[in-house]
Amino acid sequence: MPRRPIQLPHRIESLSILDSEGNADPALDPKLSPTELKKLYRAMLLSRRLDERLLRLQRQGRIGTFGPAMGQEAASLGPAFVMKPNDWFIPSFREPAAMLWRGWPMDKIILWWGGHEYGASVPEGVNDLPICVPVATQCLHAAGIAWGCKLKGDPSVAFCFLGDGGTSEGDFHEAMNFAGVHQLPFICVIQNNHWAISLPRDKQSKAPTLVQKCIAYGFDGIQADGNDIFAMIVAAREAADRARTGGGPTLIEAVTYRLGVHTTADDPKKYRSDEEVECWKPKDPLVRFHKYMVRTGLLDDAAVELIEAEIAEEIRQAVERAEKYQPDPMDSFRHTFAEMPPSLAAHAREFLESMAALSSDDGTEQPEPRQLADA
Amino acid sequence: MAKLTMVQALNLALREILREDPDTLIFGQDVGKDGGVFRVTEGLYDEFGEDRVVDAPVAESCIAGVAVGLCLRGLRPVIEMQFSGFGYHAFHQIENHVSRFRTRTRGRYTCPMVVRMPYGAGIRAIEHHSESRETIWAHLPGLKMVIPSGPRNARALLRAAVHDPDPVVFYEPKASYRAFKEEVPDDPEDFPIGKAAVARPGSNVTIISYGASLRPTLEAADELAEEHDIDAEVIDLQTISPMDTETICASIEKTGRAVVVHEAPRTCGPGAEVVARICERSLMYLEAPIRRVTGYDVIMPFFATERYFIPDSRRIVAAARDVVTF
Ligand SMILES: Cc1ncc(C[n+]2csc(CCOP(=O)(O)OP(=O)(O)O)c2C)c(N)n1
Ligand SMILES: [Mg+2]
Repeated sequence: MPRRPIQLPHRIESLSILDSEGNADPALDPKLSPTELKKLYRAMLLSRRLDERLLRLQRQGRIGTFGPAMGQEAASLGPAFVMKPNDWFIPSFREPAAMLWRGWPMDKIILWWGGHEYGASVPEGVNDLPICVPVATQCLHAAGIAWGCKLKGDPSVAFCFLGDGGTSEGDFHEAMNFAGVHQLPFICVIQNNHWAISLPRDKQSKAPTLVQKCIAYGFDGIQADGNDIFAMIVAAREAADRARTGGGPTLIEAVTYRLGVHTTADDPKKYRSDEEVECWKPKDPLVRFHKYMVRTGLLDDAAVELIEAEIAEEIRQAVERAEKYQPDPMDSFRHTFAEMPPSLAAHAREFLESMAALSSDDGTEQPEPRQLADA
Repeated sequence: MAKLTMVQALNLALREILREDPDTLIFGQDVGKDGGVFRVTEGLYDEFGEDRVVDAPVAESCIAGVAVGLCLRGLRPVIEMQFSGFGYHAFHQIENHVSRFRTRTRGRYTCPMVVRMPYGAGIRAIEHHSESRETIWAHLPGLKMVIPSGPRNARALLRAAVHDPDPVVFYEPKASYRAFKEEVPDDPEDFPIGKAAVARPGSNVTIISYGASLRPTLEAADELAEEHDIDAEVIDLQTISPMDTETICASIEKTGRAVVVHEAPRTCGPGAEVVARICERSLMYLEAPIRRVTGYDVIMPFFATERYFIPDSRRIVAAARDVVTF
């Protein structure tokens, strides 16, 4: 009756390809084409500039509370690059880079933060879920989508995103367990940005890595440098290949950093030091990728200037479209059920009367609710 | 006496509680150094340290379930769900255990915890942050459900909730967190749980409300008096469960007319319970049908249009006038 170490079938590796000077490890470089590289660079810059614009819009009171993704662009863009159009993208709330890559109109993203359901209405032809606020709940949806794909013989893969904080929720573990048992085409990307609002990563879990949790559920995982677009692409590609060939799920821990506030309602000075943030700045995914692009001669200052100008115009137009959007408050009634029950129709009529009274005795401009018959 | 916001008054209550009873502790997400996302626990970490003001992982079921264990071991946790919209993650612990330990162990074990949660719309928050689901909690036997409406009763009711031998869900109207200040006595006071308050005496109609809706209700009462010569009595329920039938019905028996106001959806909302109690006990005193001014039976919309879905004083005035002129 010996006592001996148990050999676990799954190994955990960490992967980093691009250093902070913008040099790619030639042995690991995914060798993307110049066109692909330029597209990726533009996408990363677009997400960053949109973030900055949204922060300003929030300060001006033109949108509500906003959670920037600054510093985490590579972590979602890498997997998005690997996704096929029919794959499923199940985001949390810090993946605007991936949403834009997947074809979400920018004005929808702006309108989500601007307080409109229109921002959660998924564009036709895109297999994505909208931004998900209740932390980690989306992991189970992703497992269910992956299972559904398997049941229907659909070769699509479900890519799910959550944060380091989300790994404490039961839903994350239940999804991981289920995906493992059923060997589902499920890829879970943890954006470990080291903070869950004010709780540092080491108070969230005593485990030295978050990726090692995959071992408990019987599948592979990899820890990738989440600020390295190449590492994220390689990690996601391996995971996708495995999922597409029936090899089951993968957990990817993207090691990244939340360079900005949790949301505009948050004051990080209360709980983290400026020095810590400064330490991470050289690892900024955009800075590193920019260095790589310049070093390899794919970009120069003039080219960047041109892209910046294009992006500025794209964002300006999206903000303009978003601010022209007219909500119909009656939509809340229309979209409660497939058919409006009589008791709800009575509420809707009461609502319309209340809106009419409001427009007549309050000089301010009100949205014009369409009558019930237009439903 | 100091003039405090509700956030400051809740902070005061928590500070008093932690000072008075070494068995109390605060447990919730970002309650420590950060002082809570609404700053309700500001400064408490510095004064009481990390063993009494404890940051939780992002896991609400963990918070509630661990708090059950703390209670069983003789502590008195005051736990926080960062927003009521995430309290559902703790629902199974609260329904299956928190509310039941006393009954099933015939009093051998109890869970005298307080579950604080900010609720309600009106602060332009993102999705899932604006609902009023007090009915869900009020429906659970063995659990008390308390909702303050202003700084003074927030402080006094939170103290009472902690002192209560049974579990209390304490919904905090976040739209009222900083909306106004009120005199809060220097000396600690507890208001009884299970007791409504007459927030404004009157004789023509009784308007029953609580929490975030109390402010528009009081504004409506002022307008009714000034512009329509209607003297409204306003009742602040304060406790949704167990509900104070006596105070409600005594008022109805005086005024003969009732309007009930809340932000929660109408169907099975607390207003339904209020109306049922009035009908059961005081039907013969009623001079007019009762009116409910409530949220509609829809998901609270994203914030751009939310204000049209929150009962405002206009709707309350209109309903009260209908009831009085019936
Ligand atoms: C179930 C649930 N609990 C609490 C919250 C409030 N909240 C929003 S984000 C957040 C921290 C999440 O941290 P992490 O998962 O690391 O994601 P990050 O914000 O760092 O991207 C919390 C506690 C929520 N949205 N959902
Ligand atoms: Mg995080």
